[in-house]
Amino acid sequence: MTGSPPYASRRGPNEYPARSAGRRALSNRIFTVVCWIVAAASIVLLAILLITIARQGWAHLNLGFLRNVPSRNPAEAGLGPAMWGSVWVCAVCGLVALPLGVGTAIFLEEYKPRSRVVRKLHAFVQLNIANLAGVPSIVYGIIGLTVFVQAFDLFGNANEPRFEIGSVWYDQFIDESGQYLSVSIDGRSAPPAELRDGMAATDDFGHPVAIRVVSRDESTGETGQVLAGSEPFRFVEKSWYYLQLPFGRGVLAGGLTLMLVILPIVIISSQEALRAVPNSLRESALGMGATKWQMVWRMTLPAAVPGIMTGAILAMSRAIGEAAPILILAGIVFITFTPHHLMDDFTAMPLQVYDWASRPQDTFHEVAATGIIVLLAVLLTFNAAAVFIRQKFQKPLS
Amino acid sequence: MNDPSRESAPPRAFELETTPQLAGLQSARAMATAGPSLIDQSVPTAVRIAEFNAWYGEFQALDSVQIDIPARRVTAFIGPSGCGKSTFLRWINRMNDLVPIARAAGTLDLHGTDVLARSLDVVELRRRVGMVFQKPNPFPKSIFDNVAFGPRLHRKMSRRELEDLVEWSLRQAALWDEVKERLDDSALGLSGGQQQRLCIARAIAVGPEILLMDEPCSALDPKSTARIEQLIAELRESYTIIIVTHNMQQAARVSDVTAFFMEGRLVESGETTRIFTQPQDKQTEDYITGRFG
Repeated sequence: MTGSPPYASRRGPNEYPARSAGRRALSNRIFTVVCWIVAAASIVLLAILLITIARQGWAHLNLGFLRNVPSRNPAEAGLGPAMWGSVWVCAVCGLVALPLGVGTAIFLEEYKPRSRVVRKLHAFVQLNIANLAGVPSIVYGIIGLTVFVQAFDLFGNANEPRFEIGSVWYDQFIDESGQYLSVSIDGRSAPPAELRDGMAATDDFGHPVAIRVVSRDESTGETGQVLAGSEPFRFVEKSWYYLQLPFGRGVLAGGLTLMLVILPIVIISSQEALRAVPNSLRESALGMGATKWQMVWRMTLPAAVPGIMTGAILAMSRAIGEAAPILILAGIVFITFTPHHLMDDFTAMPLQVYDWASRPQDTFHEVAATGIIVLLAVLLTFNAAAVFIRQKFQKPLS
Repeated sequence: MNDPSRESAPPRAFELETTPQLAGLQSARAMATAGPSLIDQSVPTAVRIAEFNAWYGEFQALDSVQIDIPARRVTAFIGPSGCGKSTFLRWINRMNDLVPIARAAGTLDLHGTDVLARSLDVVELRRRVGMVFQKPNPFPKSIFDNVAFGPRLHRKMSRRELEDLVEWSLRQAALWDEVKERLDDSALGLSGGQQQRLCIARAIAVGPEILLMDEPCSALDPKSTARIEQLIAELRESYTIIIVTHNMQQAARVSDVTAFFMEGRLVESGETTRIFTQPQDKQTEDYITGRFG
């Protein structure tokens, strides 16, 4: 052996007691088997879950289920309004979360500050975004309730908003022929209309009618005759662009609350996509005389789009499945219509499933399982789309 | 510009904007203020550097560099690793602005423009001084969009005008015949040598006066290297070229003027044939004869 080892015992590498070769091979085999068992266990668990759900819910899965409205009869119950509610809420959520999230990611990644103070602020923001991603979504539900639904009670409460546009208010009288005669009034806070002879009103079909006040003896059951002393009912017609402040328990508040839930995810995945663009490309763009904005808008962002889209789709698939925030916001409501405007009541698929699952009848449990099948199918489609986009469009960037 | 030596100027109706400094190159006044260049009195100076120092934080990368880069010639910077030649190159188009701890002092003068001035429009400077990097780095876009990227930044052009300009740039870079059928294909599908020529075409498309090349061939095979060296020889008629290279034979083949750097100092500079046959400094001679690498 050439040269002597630097320590006192003067032993070379091969002069120490060896580990047993058999023991080493055995622990290697054991570890391999354990890995297989763990992997198999998770797959088996997933398979058990899917098979149980499928067996429970398969019977009710048909096209009618997707179109019907919820009903007290489980055989006729359907997921239609819940699906549309989910679509509306997720559309609002996506439309707001995407620009906000990608913009924040661009700001955090491309516009890194130089001065020490601002750099600390930058790091602080970055840390807190990572924290926000882990906040339980029910907390976001409470935030959404306070900020969006009630607006801190600064503008009146949700049921009597201080500002609204797109609504037309009427007071309605029932006439002797059973029709509702609508008298237009100024607004929500106008005093009840006084019943006067000759008052202008519209009937159920929209035709103008002059009200004639009659006493019970004079009544002939014709349209336009209203008993003296009748009390009006207040009625409101909200058009498709109806907006109120505070937002109330509607689609807009629900969408914005879900936006809060997925915003940290969108920011983080967009940041990863932007980081994946190599710096050499940025240098090339700047070297040709691009301003920083031109470089980001024309080179970095287009190169990062496949990654951003993948992250956005995965964030949306999370939003569709979120029940807790919507539960706090809207509660369990019996909705049989699709939302007509942004402030309308709504329900979402996870909530409908929860509603059915908590009913005592077994058939409702089966219907809940059917709802779960639909929800899983939607999630699977989203994730498959994300994988497809990633495979097809994510080219190597260098 | 009606300079007869620019035979490779675009034969199209559009004219790249003549900057006042570039027009000044033609005027007698510029000839008078330009100092004697390294070659002879008749070749004006494109970049004048005097007492130039550069630091990365506390570390001094360049010390009192003094050189006059001649216009429309190829100048090669040679020297061992870490001697500051790439740093120097990156200061000429202010790419070191991206490095927060980099700073410089001295005179770095480009046709009368003080490159180190704080008020300088860096975007316009980088249009006038193009850069080609060591590793070819085309954008993940089509070949057409790669070359059109630069012009689109600075000018409003119609699609037809862009097509003309892209064709002109690719011809200048000796790449047109190989890609004319597949301009919409991804640039990442090209070979290494083709990608580097694409990067050169991309740099040319914005109409620079000076081309900086930071070891453009070191990532390429010998055949592509030869092709690019041939291209450099063609380009020197229209552009001032400054090339940093590790390869001394390449410097000897390609350049008119060579500058030898060592440990941040410019040891010797002059006409290439003279540097390689009769170096005046012992360190230069040692480096050239391969006594150290």
